[in-house]
Amino acid sequence: MKPKKKWKLSSILLILLFVVIGIFALFPLFAITLGSLKPSTEIMRYGLNLKLQADLLSLDNYSYLFNGETDYFIWYKNSIIITIASTLSCLLLTSMVGYGLAVYDFKLKNVVFGLVLIVMMIPVEIIMLPLYKLTMSLGLMDTLVGAFLPFVVAPIPIFFFRQYASGLPRDLLDAARVDGCTEIGIFFRVMMPLMTPAFSSMAILQALGSWNNFLWPLIVLRSSENLTLPIGLSTLLTPYGNNYDVLIAGSVMAIFPVLLLYIFFQRYFIEGMTAGGVKG
Amino acid sequence: MEASRRQGVRKQKKRSLLYSQNAAPYFFIFPFILSFLIFFAYPVATTVIMSFQEVLPGQTTFIGLDNYKELWNPTFLTAIRNSTVYTLLTLIILIPVPLVLAVFLNSKLMFAKNFFRSVTFIPALTSVVVAGMIFRLIFGGQDGALLNSILTNFGMEPKAWLNHGGTSMFVLVVLATWKWMGINILYFLAGLQNIPRELYESAEVDGATTARKFYHITLPLLKPISIYVFTISIYGGFSMFAESYMLYGSNRSPNNIGLTIVGYLYQKGIEQNNLGFGSAVGIALLVITLIITLIQLKFFGMFKKEEQG
Repeated sequence: MKPKKKWKLSSILLILLFVVIGIFALFPLFAITLGSLKPSTEIMRYGLNLKLQADLLSLDNYSYLFNGETDYFIWYKNSIIITIASTLSCLLLTSMVGYGLAVYDFKLKNVVFGLVLIVMMIPVEIIMLPLYKLTMSLGLMDTLVGAFLPFVVAPIPIFFFRQYASGLPRDLLDAARVDGCTEIGIFFRVMMPLMTPAFSSMAILQALGSWNNFLWPLIVLRSSENLTLPIGLSTLLTPYGNNYDVLIAGSVMAIFPVLLLYIFFQRYFIEGMTAGGVKG
Repeated sequence: MEASRRQGVRKQKKRSLLYSQNAAPYFFIFPFILSFLIFFAYPVATTVIMSFQEVLPGQTTFIGLDNYKELWNPTFLTAIRNSTVYTLLTLIILIPVPLVLAVFLNSKLMFAKNFFRSVTFIPALTSVVVAGMIFRLIFGGQDGALLNSILTNFGMEPKAWLNHGGTSMFVLVVLATWKWMGINILYFLAGLQNIPRELYESAEVDGATTARKFYHITLPLLKPISIYVFTISIYGGFSMFAESYMLYGSNRSPNNIGLTIVGYLYQKGIEQNNLGFGSAVGIALLVITLIITLIQLKFFGMFKKEEQG
């Protein structure tokens, strides 16, 4: 049994400090949610503020999002497609690579792992322009596939899966071999199920990264019906005026599914998003 | 007869390949090799080559070091300055503050640890687009915009936050602090949980004060994770782009006060379609990050130790 904690002055001060930090963390989200309930003329004239006037608040902006007058619904759909496709392919491919690097001894093992580290160390922004050129010549500009393909085999998940797979019991490998399982079969039937926790945290890391990704889709996607949510939202800020009713309610709707998942799968979010910090 | 035997041999070969422990690893790492060659090695080589070229549609010419000579211009220097100031400010705030907060959160005196940990993490879930848009509105220039209305309540002058160099940098740093604080707290918490309790217990037996324990146990043992956070912060700082893009609604800001190195790369390479010059900007960014990595290695002499640990 834990010793009973006593309420000391220092405890109270600590809690006060974290209440202030908690308010700092949540306040902007609260402000934007409140703003999403106001007509955009109000925001345009007075700016976003905390004034509560019951007669101004309504869900009109939200119904406007999905009534087909804007492309918002299409962006939402595109984001969901890209997130699912990129997460599934990333998990399948990087888990294979991480597993291969962890359980086999082969000549190029250290070289390949070194290459993974190099990819991890070099900021992707540096190769944006040649990738842009390459995407053009592959005919993938303005396609959903082009918006995620170059980054599917990502280094951090490889690193993480390698780490996880090297902790798996080797006896199972040998047992499966004796039973006449092929090497590939061992991975898919025996080892993959054992790696489920690693899959959960990497799924979250990849899905969140994909859902929120900005620079690369901004370069690749051009026509409005192909945009993802972040890019679509960013096009609403123009020199000729800002489409605040879609922008603000649309932003809230973009955070909402993530927040909902976070409440249920908090552990995997935390593990996934801090995965880079695990030691190799 | 002969043919069917040959087929049998081939089948057997195929079978043995499926069971071969020598061939299997190459099957597993193949996706990485393919992606590495196409989407990493080739682009890196192309960047280097293009940085010595003038790339026009259908016509490329080698122009030697001209792109690099052109880099020495006031706009790029502004971009470098902005990125550097931003990186330094985020380092000064986003390493010590989360470290101390993590120690507080980990302390025996703290209640509802998990709740506060979860709450501080929430901003990290938002996309830069959404976060940038929120801060653009909070720091809006109108007198009635959130922060200005609070300021005027306290009798202070409203400000056009995003129109001046100093205040716009302030907004960028507040945005970064808001978004990354929770995640850095988590990193340090993970580091703290790896410190064996016995160290503190034996220090207590020796009569060490809280401050001494912090300096002689906590700080040194948090070194590896601090270096990691330091490294990703530098990389994140120098490659910052989307935050500024969203605050200004585009890549353009008054007098380039929001222009970053990546913003300049985007402007030259994508907006003006000058791939050669844009590549030179990319190489400059690479050199900057490499120099910092080297300095860091020299200072901390780390990486190797961390790998062993």
